Amino acid sequence: MPLDTGDTAWVLIAAGLVLFMTPGLALFYGGMVRSKNVLSMLLQNVVCMGLVTVLWVAFGFSAAFDGDLGGGLLGRFGLAGLRGLQTVPGLESLTIPAMAFVAFQMMFAVITPALITGAIADRVRFGAWVLFTALWLTFVYVPVAHWAFSPSGWLVKLGAFDFAGGVVIHINAGIAALAVVLVLGRRAGWPKEAMPPHNLPLTLIGTGILWFGWFGFNAGSALAANGIAAQALVNTHVAAGAAMLTWLLTEKVRDGHATTLGGASGAVAGLVAITPCAGFVSVMPAIVIGGIAGVVCYLAIMLKTRLGYDDALDVVAVHLVGGIIGSVLLGVFAESAVNPAIPDGLLFGGASLLGKQVVAVVAVLAFSFVVTLVLAKIVDLTMGLRVNEADEQIGLDTSQHAESAYNLGGLSAMERIL
Amino acid sequence: MRLVTAIVKPFRLDDVKEALKGIGVAGVTVSEAQGFGRQGGHTEVYRGTEYAISFVPKVRLEVVVDDHLVHDVVEAIVAAARTGTIGDGKLWVTPVEDVVRIRTGERGPDAV
Repeated sequence: MPLDTGDTAWVLIAAGLVLFMTPGLALFYGGMVRSKNVLSMLLQNVVCMGLVTVLWVAFGFSAAFDGDLGGGLLGRFGLAGLRGLQTVPGLESLTIPAMAFVAFQMMFAVITPALITGAIADRVRFGAWVLFTALWLTFVYVPVAHWAFSPSGWLVKLGAFDFAGGVVIHINAGIAALAVVLVLGRRAGWPKEAMPPHNLPLTLIGTGILWFGWFGFNAGSALAANGIAAQALVNTHVAAGAAMLTWLLTEKVRDGHATTLGGASGAVAGLVAITPCAGFVSVMPAIVIGGIAGVVCYLAIMLKTRLGYDDALDVVAVHLVGGIIGSVLLGVFAESAVNPAIPDGLLFGGASLLGKQVVAVVAVLAFSFVVTLVLAKIVDLTMGLRVNEADEQIGLDTSQHAESAYNLGGLSAMERIL
Repeated sequence: MRLVTAIVKPFRLDDVKEALKGIGVAGVTVSEAQGFGRQGGHTEVYRGTEYAISFVPKVRLEVVVDDHLVHDVVEAIVAAARTGTIGDGKLWVTPVEDVVRIRTGERGPDAV
């Protein structure tokens, strides 16, 4: 297919937008943890930009997108190191260079493990996190990306759809976060000790970056500068807005106050939920999907207290639950009139899509949970996942990185160089 | 010489400072504090969880005064700090053994 400069320009910019979401996520989470741990949260996110990037070009892209080894489970290794990259197997009709596709997909791979950091906040050893990320990318992210993003992946062949990564990124990372916190255990003091966010202005900066970057994440997934990209952009935006409003409203009714943290979380919940649907539904359903996510994800926060797992920053409630909401509702609201690539969902007379979406959700839930659990256990037994009690009390910034985030003078300016 | 220590509501600090200046007290040391008395704390619901907020922000004033001024200082602080609502704070007086002005080396009442 001849290359289109407009499509190519848009996808290259979208790659930049998606990359921007990783430092945005770092700030979003960073503001929510205690000040003694903010640097560790930032670095755990940012290190993915280095580590995942290298692994992706080395073999990740190939194993996700180079044809199929068998059964639609994994790609081949013929494009390791991107050597000989001409076109993406199965995607010869793309009007963008293969390298642009590689770059765009790379940014998704970078941010997905970073999502997990929110759940494991305040207690994981940095070296163990790096090892875990490398293993998780290889054995969980790459296979699932192949299943749902590659034309030869078995979920794609089954007829399940995921426009920009509801299943591959959000459900995947969300359930993985749950698996890791089950191995890691609770923070010291949880749930009795109050651990409020130390810097919500940072969180709101992160929220703005995420919302902005998500235009690349969703609208960029059209892989073209066209009407579907425009639809995806608008759907993304309205879902974020609707979810923020319903979250704030639910919060006000249940807790008595609309909060900044709630507004930020609500917007992100909507963005997560619309991700699988962005280029497949029209605007009013996008508002409904976002609106539902705002309420349900807020209520899902209570699960952790009820079931006793310490998901520090509610990755499960927002990404797992939000991803499930969007992926399943796609089976209801999909419209072939919006995008001829997808059959109609239940609401428009299509009977088969919903079941396939559920299969995709369940398959990824099961695979990601089990393999992540095994990987976390392996890292724990070899390196030790968790910091010791003293280091946890002092804070990860000091104990893991010999740093302090806020050197504001006063007594901290009394240190002397030897 | 006596040390007068007062815990007051932060927004009363300006009035207390003015009142002390008014009766001729030259200096005071101020620090941030948190505490509770009968004001207790309160509960708050945040992100679906209920928190008990035990401590309330206060300001601590410390001023060393000559014996003959103690009564006036106490009256001035109490009048300026009082709002009539719970949490107004407390004040106490303790003896001071010695006072030194660091710049000049003066001791005792001359240093106050």
